[in-house]
Amino acid sequence: MNGTLELNGIHAGYGDFQALFGIGLRVEPGEAVGVVGPNGAGKTTLLRVISGLIRPTSGNLHFGGQDLATTPAHLLPSLGIAHVPENRRLFPHLTVEENLKVGAYSPSARAHFAERRDRVYDLFPKMKQRRHQLAGTMSGGEQQMCAIGRALMCAPRILLLDEPSAGLAPIVVQQVFDLVRRIREEGLTVLIVEQNVAQVLRVVDRAYVLETGRVAAEGRSAELVADPAIRRSYLGGH
Amino acid sequence: MDPFLLEALVNGILLGGVFALPALGLNLVFGVVDVVWLCYAELVMVGMYAVWFLYTQLGWPLWLAFAACLPVVSLLGILLHQLVVRPLLSAPPINQVLATGGVLFLLQGAMTLIFRTDFRSLGVDMPPMEVGEIFVSGTKLAAFCAALVGAGILWAFLKYTYVGTAIRAIARDREVMPLMGVNPLRIYLIASAVGGALAGLAACLLVVQLDVHPFVGLSFGPITFMICVMGGLGNMLGGFLAAFIMGIIVSVGGFWGSTEFSYVVAFAFFIVTIFARPRGLFAR
Repeated sequence: MNGTLELNGIHAGYGDFQALFGIGLRVEPGEAVGVVGPNGAGKTTLLRVISGLIRPTSGNLHFGGQDLATTPAHLLPSLGIAHVPENRRLFPHLTVEENLKVGAYSPSARAHFAERRDRVYDLFPKMKQRRHQLAGTMSGGEQQMCAIGRALMCAPRILLLDEPSAGLAPIVVQQVFDLVRRIREEGLTVLIVEQNVAQVLRVVDRAYVLETGRVAAEGRSAELVADPAIRRSYLGGH
Repeated sequence: MDPFLLEALVNGILLGGVFALPALGLNLVFGVVDVVWLCYAELVMVGMYAVWFLYTQLGWPLWLAFAACLPVVSLLGILLHQLVVRPLLSAPPINQVLATGGVLFLLQGAMTLIFRTDFRSLGVDMPPMEVGEIFVSGTKLAAFCAALVGAGILWAFLKYTYVGTAIRAIARDREVMPLMGVNPLRIYLIASAVGGALAGLAACLLVVQLDVHPFVGLSFGPITFMICVMGGLGNMLGGFLAAFIMGIIVSVGGFWGSTEFSYVVAFAFFIVTIFARPRGLFAR
């Protein structure tokens, strides 16, 4: 149970539409890894495959030695996999604290609810102020905090983040990436999908570049930032 | 105020309390599973037969017959979900409605076969109470109080438990639930069991006020659906409030005209509501 996430030759899609063609990916414990690429490259599909919302049509998928392809999706949080979905997907009509409570639904998490909630409030003091506010009435940045907090309630070993900066004002984007950095410092493994390539490469150790469902490039962040092709396509450089 | 009008108003509120339970149950199941149990009133009808049978035929104490009715109808809700609804979860909505509609006739037919079409009565009644200038039926008042207690327990369950919170969450976003560690199929099953138990409680409260026969569901089923639609399908609080509005319309309408007239008024009000506020009286 070393908590390595490993994907080999993953093919997946929706009905007749194939989105991923033989993806291989590896995240070591304690690493922060990014997945970048244009819209429609299959980034979100990749995260949905990892957290069991979509089953791969072929290939294999392991976390800490456990075969995820045959594990029901709702058991993954108790294995230590937390997924903050695209657009946050908070329950807008529930309070902040009730959202955290749903995040702690797994039997193994319920016993630790109060302690983990307090940890989330330490991490995001703003959430403590707003704990009785309906989640849907908060700003985009606050909702992202709440969504990350909700994911942390299952005490994950790996956090999957899908476009945490989407739809946020630039200054808030900065705050969200600061958050991700703080979560990393807590020792959590992070796999983050982003369109905001320049920002994400500053936070992660390594990244994969996804194009039309295939890994087009991979490497350490510094190498990718220096790569002329990547600079041209994603960083608006020369 | 005219004491008779006041009495009608009070009776309307008491009636509303009893309407509220099946409306809550129907809304709960619809909100969670996204399927309308067209046979909901017939689950109540079976529960009424259960109480009648245990009390008058087997000689059980009334409280024990009531206590048995809840798990019996709850089990019926579970069976309905597992055998009829679950296989149709990804089927077109019209198939789901037709299937639960089929169960409606199945239950009516089964009860006709077993108990024939005779009207059965428990023969229990509590003495009316004089409050100021008006008389209030003790039975109706007791049923009203029990309905409020039932609704209160449901509210606390939804508000304070993990499962209850998940039920409120799933009504808004089904797909994201596995990421929270929630197995949606299990929540559907729990909601069906709770929906059945509410029908069981409603059966206990109705069987002391109405004679049981296989078609008794017709006397409160349609109005339950109207209440749910008026309150906004799936909106528990809306349904709860709409139950009282409907109770008062039926009761006060009956005071000014006849019972038949009161139902005409209630349905007319319903149709106007549908046109004016298609998503329910309390939709934001």
